[in-house]
Amino acid sequence: MKMMSGAAMVVEALKDVGVTHLFGYPGGAVLDIYDALFAQETIKHVLVRHEQAAAHMADGYARATGKTGAVLVTSGPGATNTITGIATAFMDSIPMVILSGQVPSMHIGEDAFQECDMVGVSRPVVKHSFLVKKAEDIPMAIAKAFYIANSGRPGPVVVDLPKDIVNVQEQHPYVFPADVTMRSYNPTVKGHSKQINKAVKSMLKAKRPVIYVGGGAIAAEASQYVTQLAEKLHAPVTSTLMGLGAFPSTHEQFVGMLGMHGTLEANKTMHNSDCIIALGARFDDRVTNNVDKFCPHADIIHVDIDPASISKIVNAHVPVVGSVDKVTLQMLTALADKELEDQAEKLEDWWKQINSWRAKKCLDYPQETQVIKPQRVIEALYKHTNGEAYVSSDVGQHQMFAALYYPFAKPRRWINSGGLGTMGFGLPAAMGVQFAHPEACSVVVTGDGSIQMNIQELSTCLQYGLPVKIISLNNRALGMVRQWQDMIYKGRHSHSYMDSMPDFVALAEAYGHIGIKVDKLDDLDAAMERCFAEKNRLVFMDIAVDQNEHVYPMQIKYGAMDDMRLSKTERT
Amino acid sequence: MRRIISVLMENAPGALSRIVGVFSQRGYNVDSLCVAPTDDESLSRLTIITQGTDKVIEQITKQVNKLIDVLKVVELTDGAHVERELMLIKVATRTELARSEVKRNVDIFRARILDVTVNNYTIEITGTSEKLTAFADVMAQCAEITEAARTGVVGLARGDKALRP
Repeated sequence: MKMMSGAAMVVEALKDVGVTHLFGYPGGAVLDIYDALFAQETIKHVLVRHEQAAAHMADGYARATGKTGAVLVTSGPGATNTITGIATAFMDSIPMVILSGQVPSMHIGEDAFQECDMVGVSRPVVKHSFLVKKAEDIPMAIAKAFYIANSGRPGPVVVDLPKDIVNVQEQHPYVFPADVTMRSYNPTVKGHSKQINKAVKSMLKAKRPVIYVGGGAIAAEASQYVTQLAEKLHAPVTSTLMGLGAFPSTHEQFVGMLGMHGTLEANKTMHNSDCIIALGARFDDRVTNNVDKFCPHADIIHVDIDPASISKIVNAHVPVVGSVDKVTLQMLTALADKELEDQAEKLEDWWKQINSWRAKKCLDYPQETQVIKPQRVIEALYKHTNGEAYVSSDVGQHQMFAALYYPFAKPRRWINSGGLGTMGFGLPAAMGVQFAHPEACSVVVTGDGSIQMNIQELSTCLQYGLPVKIISLNNRALGMVRQWQDMIYKGRHSHSYMDSMPDFVALAEAYGHIGIKVDKLDDLDAAMERCFAEKNRLVFMDIAVDQNEHVYPMQIKYGAMDDMRLSKTERT
Repeated sequence: MRRIISVLMENAPGALSRIVGVFSQRGYNVDSLCVAPTDDESLSRLTIITQGTDKVIEQITKQVNKLIDVLKVVELTDGAHVERELMLIKVATRTELARSEVKRNVDIFRARILDVTVNNYTIEITGTSEKLTAFADVMAQCAEITEAARTGVVGLARGDKALRP
C-alpha cells in the first residue's frame, strides 16, 4: 500500500480518474496540493487569470470532449469566483469537478482568513458536493465526485478540502476505489420497454411528427441514433440552442433551431405537429413561449434521463426516462420489424407544408454594401473555417447569429452558455476547447460587451500558446439589450452603450497577440483569410457591425410558438 | 391540498440542508418537517407536510428524489396511512377552577401531565395534527397557554408497505 500525504492523494486520485488538464489558481489553502502538482507531469495544470475563467475553461473542455472538466482553486474568494462558472455548467448539465481549498477543519466556522462556506454557497448550483473531513476519505470523495459528475444527468460537483487534511507532513495509506457504487444514486439509463412501445406506436400513427432534439442528445453521444431515427421516420428535426449539432444542421430534414429566435419553419413545424418526439430537451421557456398556447395538437413523447424534467413545464403523454442513446437505440430496435416503406408517402403533405414555410426564407437579411451586417460575418466565418470549427460563443445577439448562421454538422462543435446565459463564457470556453483539441480550429464569436467580461485570459492564451480566433462583433452597444429597448422601451437605450470602447487591436497586441480591425465590408474576406492563416497565433478580429441590426425571427411574448416577428416590420 | 411526503436519505452532513434547499429554491411550502435517524443509523427519515397541486407535489417528489443523498421518496397521503404528532404544552393555571378544567380535559383527550407546579401544568399529547390543535384550543379557553412545542408530523403507510432502502 502506498503511503502519501493528503495533497499527494488529491493529485494521485485525479490521475486515477483520468484527469489530463486541471484549470486553477493557487492560494493559501491549496499550497500543499500545488506543491504535489509541481512534482509530476501527468496532469497539465493551466494557470488562469481569474477563477471564473478556470471553471469556464473546464466547461469548454468538457463540452468539446464529453470528459469531466477539472478545476482547482483556493478557499474564500478563489472558491466564490468559480460560482458563475459552476452555475453555468449546472444549467447546461456539463460534467465538472471543482476542488476548492478550505481553511483547516478546526478553524471552520471561526470566520478565519479566506474562509467561506463553499459547500453552502454552491449548494443551489451543484449536482452534489463533498466536504472531506479525513485524508483517508480523499480518494473515495474524488472518485465519487467524478462518477456523479459524469453519470445520469451530468453536472458540476464540488469537493471542499480543508487545509489540515492535505497537509504534506502526515502520511496516509492510498487506495483508489476499484469502482464506485452508491445505494442512493442509480440513474435509470435504459427506457422502460412498455414506454418504448407506446412511443413507437405514437410516432408511427403521427401524420405530422417532429423530432425536437436537445443537449441531452449530445451528452449521451446519441447523434448517430437520432439521425437514424429521423431518417427512418422521415420526420423533420428541430434543435434547441443546446442541441445544435446533435443532428446535422446540414441535413435536408433539419428545419433549424426552434424557440425565441428559432426559424419560422421550426416553430411552425412544432406548433402544427401532432406528435413531438422530444429527445433530451426540457421545454425551456425560451422554447415554448406561452405554455398555455404550446403546440395544441401534439402528443408529446418526452425522453429524458432526468425524471424531474419530464412533465415539469409541459405535460408528456408518453414519458420515457432514460439516456437518449439507449432509448433511441431501443426505439430503432422496436421499429426494425415495422413496415416503414410508405412513411415518406404518408408524410408528403406534411413536408409540402414545411417546405412552404421554408420558402419564406426567414433568415434572409438586407444585403448592404456599406455597413457590415453581423449575419454576414458569421457566414464568412463558416466559409473560412469550412464549417468545421469549434465555435464557442458569448451571450447576446452574436450568440443568436452564430447559432442561426453557422450550421453545425457534428456534435460538440457549438459551445455556448444556453441555460444561464453567462457573458464572459466564450473566450475561456474556447481556450478549454483548444486544450482538448490542440490541432483544431477553436473560434470565439463574441461581442464588445461579452469579451470584456473575461478579457484578462488573453494573458493565459499567450502563456500556453493557444491560437484561439476571436471574432468580435463590435456594435458599440450591448446589442441584445439594445434590441429589447428598441422593441419594448421605445428606443430608450438605458445604459446599453459604451462610448469608452478600448482599442481592441492595441489591446490584443499589448497581450502579445495579433489584432485586426475591420470596418469595411470589402475588407472582411481578406481579413478573415489573414486571421485563419495564422495557425499558431491568437488573432483578435474587431469587426465593426451594424449597430441597429436586430436578431430575427423572434417570438412575440405571450404568444404561441409560431407567433413571431420576422423583421422590424413583418410578423406572422 | 395537505400532503405528507416521507423521505429516506443518507444520515450524512449536509443532506438536510439540500432538502430544505430544494423547497426554498423552487418556492415550495413547508408546513412542518421532522427528521431523525431510523433503526438503521446510517439512514435518516424525514417527514414533510406540504401543500400543492398534483403537479407541484409531483415536482417536489421528483426534485427531492434527484438529490444524491436521497434513497426513496413516497407520498403517504397517496394511500392508507397512520400519522402522529406530539405536542408539549405549558399552561398557567391561576385558579382552582382552571386547574380542574385542565385536568379534566387532559383525561378527555388522553393527554399526560408531565410536570406540575403551583401555577403551571406541562402536558404531553400525541395524535393527529387536528387533535393537537383542538386540544390547544380547549387549553386556551380554560387556562393561559405559556408556550407550546410541536414536533411536526411523522407517518407510516398501513399494512405491508414500507419505506426501506
